[in-house]
Amino acid sequence: MKLEIRGVTKTFQSKNGALTALDAIDLDVQPGEFVCLLGPSGCGKSTLLNIIAGLDAPTRGQVRVEGKIVTRPGPDRVMIFQSAALFPWLSVFDNVKFGLNMIGVPKPARQVIARKYLQMVHLADFERASVHELSGGMKQRVAIARALAADPDVLLMDEPFGALDAQTRDLLHDELQTIWTETRKTIVFVTHNVREAVVLGDRVVVFSARPGRIKKIFTIDLPRPRQIESYAVVDLAREIMAELKEDVLASVHDPQVSWLQGMEAQRVGDDVL
Amino acid sequence: MVSRVFQNTLARKLIFFAALIAVWQTLAWSGWWAEYIFPSPLGVAQTLARGFQNGTFVVGIATSMQRLLIGFGISAIIGILSGLAIGRSKVLDETIGSLVLGLQTLPSICWLPLALLWFGLSETAMLFVVVMGALLAITTATEAGVKNTPPLYLRAARNLGARGWKLYALVIFPAALPEIITGMKLGWSFAWRSLMAAELLYVSLGLGHLLMMGRELNDMSQVVAVMLVIIAIGLVVDRVIFAPIETRVRERWGLI
Ligand SMILES: Nc1ncnc2c1ncn2[C@@H]1O[C@H](COP(=O)(O)OP(=O)(O)O)[C@@H](O)[C@H]1O
Ligand SMILES: [Mg+2]
Repeated sequence: MKLEIRGVTKTFQSKNGALTALDAIDLDVQPGEFVCLLGPSGCGKSTLLNIIAGLDAPTRGQVRVEGKIVTRPGPDRVMIFQSAALFPWLSVFDNVKFGLNMIGVPKPARQVIARKYLQMVHLADFERASVHELSGGMKQRVAIARALAADPDVLLMDEPFGALDAQTRDLLHDELQTIWTETRKTIVFVTHNVREAVVLGDRVVVFSARPGRIKKIFTIDLPRPRQIESYAVVDLAREIMAELKEDVLASVHDPQVSWLQGMEAQRVGDDVL
Repeated sequence: MVSRVFQNTLARKLIFFAALIAVWQTLAWSGWWAEYIFPSPLGVAQTLARGFQNGTFVVGIATSMQRLLIGFGISAIIGILSGLAIGRSKVLDETIGSLVLGLQTLPSICWLPLALLWFGLSETAMLFVVVMGALLAITTATEAGVKNTPPLYLRAARNLGARGWKLYALVIFPAALPEIITGMKLGWSFAWRSLMAAELLYVSLGLGHLLMMGRELNDMSQVVAVMLVIIAIGLVVDRVIFAPIETRVRERWGLI
């Protein structure tokens, strides 16, 4: 399913006046493509994802899915959040079935579909578990299964592995590449980790610091599956880092970016520099 | 050795209460006060045993618990539904919500005169007081729970296509459940207190009535025995029913 982002601008009204988070973003995502959005903290990546999801409206511009303008959330675009956002009152199985229930899939079919995707993320044995018993990586896997079960055309992933330890993250990179190859979903993946972007993306869209603009788009031709420590990935990541460096510094020194975000940017800086 | 025993919480409690009863029994034996003014623990124990054997305490407990369960059930249903509505509607919040907040400062036994005028010396008047005791606490807690629903849950749910009543029933309500349970626990204790107060005031067969009967018969050991029963019920409901549910829900919801 083709995703067209046309002149999307987002301005937030805050106490200190207007804040432009996104400035005239133009981007096309092809059906089945894996696109990574890369940029320093606060550059509007989450905002853009929310707008694509229909959870937030752009101030100007529009997002079209198969030519249809996005005005609200729809089962064709499902978001995966950094904190997984599973419902703790439901079992793992019921979490995965949630979206199916919402779109009115009959009960017996829900079971079958949910099992299939739990198997795909290697959690078939955890059907009955409750959310608070899962590790961070397992939660993200359930969130991926929950999103896939709804059978969206587009998966929107907002730093889904940002809070995981390196080993778990590498494992999930492998799994996500496999899942993507099997399901051929269109994926828009937000990250501030350059290597992650290079490992996963067909294209890496580099954003400038606030106001978020597209600075440069890199096409990643490396063969898959890619490993995060392979030379090709590391080399390409270094090239992109050089591109990002000045923007990270700019965001650290931007007085309008809150102190906390500054800290975050500094951390990204560590990743980047 | 002694200090070892004292490190154990349970042992400390047992020793304290044993000592308390021993002092009490010694004072009673000393004969400073007449038995009808200062009953002995043994006397109270006998009254308790007699009360359960001849069924008066059983009837008293059953009568009070029935009132409480019916009243509390009504409060829970109305309170949760109105709390859900007020929590999601600005207009309702500014109108009914502020009314509820205002009324909540009123100790619920203060509704009794009004209930007596409306319903007479009846079972309905008693129920009314119980309902007013629990209802406002449950409404306020539910409303707060709804307002505090983590936005992330709402976004995730809307994102997966949840809308309308399904969003309420399957996301907002369960997300608010920890606060609703805390509200129900609080509502229960308000209802329990106001029921006891109401039962003291007229012939009602409940525990409060047994308490007054003890006074009228100058039977202090009955008064103390019924007081112990009331304490026991309060403790059991709080510790055996509400506290474990509250802990389990909070744990599961990731709040502790
Ligand atoms: N609801 C909001 N109200 C006001 N400002 C916001 C809101 N959401 C995001 N912002 C601001 O917009 C900018 C971009 O935020 P975000 O999209 O979360 O960045 P990123 O995901 O790239 O870190 C930030 O400066 C942030 O403070
Ligand atoms: Mg973000």
